[in-house]
Amino acid sequence: MIKFESVSKTFLSQKKAVNAVDNVSLSIAKGEIYGVIGFSGAGKSTLLRLVNLLEKPTSGRVVVNDRDVTSIPSRELRQLRRRIGMIFQTFNLFNSRTVYGNIAYPLKLARIPKDQIKARVAELLSFVGLEDKADQYPEQLSGGQKQRVGIARALATSPDILICDEATSALDPETTGEILKLLKRVNEEYKITILLITHEMHVIRSICDRVAVMENGRVIEEGQVFDIFANPQKQTTRNFISSVQNDKLSPKLLETLKKSHKGRLYRIVFRGGATSEPILSQTARKYNADFNIIYGSINELQGQLFGSLIVEFPERTPQLEPLIHELSQNVEVREVIDHES
Amino acid sequence: MKVDWNTFWPRILEATGQTITMVIFTLIFGAILGLVIGLLLFVTRKGNILENAFIFSLLNIAINIIRPVPFIIFLVTISPFTRAVIGTTIGTWAAIFPMTIVAAFVIARVVENNLVAVDPGIIEAAKAMGASPVQIIVGVLIMEALGPLILGLTFMTVALIDFSAMAGTVGGGGLGDLAMTYGYQRFDGSVMLVTIVVLIILVQIAQFLGNTVSRKFLRR
Repeated sequence: MIKFESVSKTFLSQKKAVNAVDNVSLSIAKGEIYGVIGFSGAGKSTLLRLVNLLEKPTSGRVVVNDRDVTSIPSRELRQLRRRIGMIFQTFNLFNSRTVYGNIAYPLKLARIPKDQIKARVAELLSFVGLEDKADQYPEQLSGGQKQRVGIARALATSPDILICDEATSALDPETTGEILKLLKRVNEEYKITILLITHEMHVIRSICDRVAVMENGRVIEEGQVFDIFANPQKQTTRNFISSVQNDKLSPKLLETLKKSHKGRLYRIVFRGGATSEPILSQTARKYNADFNIIYGSINELQGQLFGSLIVEFPERTPQLEPLIHELSQNVEVREVIDHES
Repeated sequence: MKVDWNTFWPRILEATGQTITMVIFTLIFGAILGLVIGLLLFVTRKGNILENAFIFSLLNIAINIIRPVPFIIFLVTISPFTRAVIGTTIGTWAAIFPMTIVAAFVIARVVENNLVAVDPGIIEAAKAMGASPVQIIVGVLIMEALGPLILGLTFMTVALIDFSAMAGTVGGGGLGDLAMTYGYQRFDGSVMLVTIVVLIILVQIAQFLGNTVSRKFLRR
């Protein structure tokens, strides 16, 4: 659907070349929700704009719907852009037009007859739940309502692809949740492929199928969201994950825990199937050992459970070594000695 | 000297008509020309849709040359052009020509400033929808800037009422001319007072109309 083939984009700023996007190769499949996460300045916003050629790549190819967009003539490019909807962090609605006028605008550009525009706008307004706001101006709407209008406008020409530029970053958590749900519906009901960029890991966790982590213009890690969460390779990725998964111990907390728990501390990580078996209690019972869960979390990720616990075994536990050995046959176990980064 | 009020009132009426004629025609021609120059200035700006350093600096310099010249000096300086275009350097139309030139360049700056103020994100959104440069200019840029543009034109209208006072020097007539010849040169305070009151009323009407219309389009 969307393919980046060794794409680079260099900007010249004050005679210095900045590699906003540095040799990125990615492939986004039809029908999936693909997220790109990175801190600001990582190059994700530029990467997104390469898809509809708001930015032209310095080198490499961007292929959309089997067409190389980098060499497309401007008239055809405008046709192609109607197949790619786009929504923005700051919504970018036309302040001079009503909600109706905003959603109708791309249809007018496509020279759709007026009665068809009317029907289509009504359909979209009901899809985003703003039937009663057609005659209002953007200034009269809340942030969440503005983004709904943005989504309706982006969907007007029935695109195959929706690209989202930090679409929820300007919204409060509750509204963010509603917009993410709406995007999920866009993906499921209209079968639209979604490419989104964000700096918020919970956006990735909530709706994405696959994720790429960007840093300094490069993709440093890429894969299924569950795999990335379960087994992150890079420090930046781990930082993003710990921002939504509160299972890392701070040095201070570890010190406190060690004061009140004199036993030995182990981190036990469950993934997927392992969470449905009572592995911990079965094993402990077999060795007649006590244990004490002192910290942890269990999260749902793409329909699979993912948990991480810190468990204390009393110092006097007999046969602790074989117990740990048997546990580690089924789940990931490591002793917590120092604080973890 | 005493004023003959019987001939004075028709004269006031005639002068008011001349002022309104000059201002309205100048505004129409100046706005059309100014919009074109302002748009050219905006789109040829660095990083914009039709970036062109040569055209941009040419227009930019032209504006900066014309704007600081006092209008009365400008009026006299371009009189050869006025003769070439209008056929005469005397009369209302001979005043409208130089007024239009100055108005066009001032309006061009007003247009440029207001277009620059349009959120680039909105332009990007239109581009992403597949709008062509012309569609963006007409359907997005001008529409988005319409409220402040109308306020800018209102400001220009008031300035033109002021400019039209100088038209008397080329026989253009108008209220300013009346105030100068009857009020100032003949030391008649009452004539001056009447013309000033009429001018104030004209300015009030222009500003009221401008505010009312722009409010319909100001949306942010």
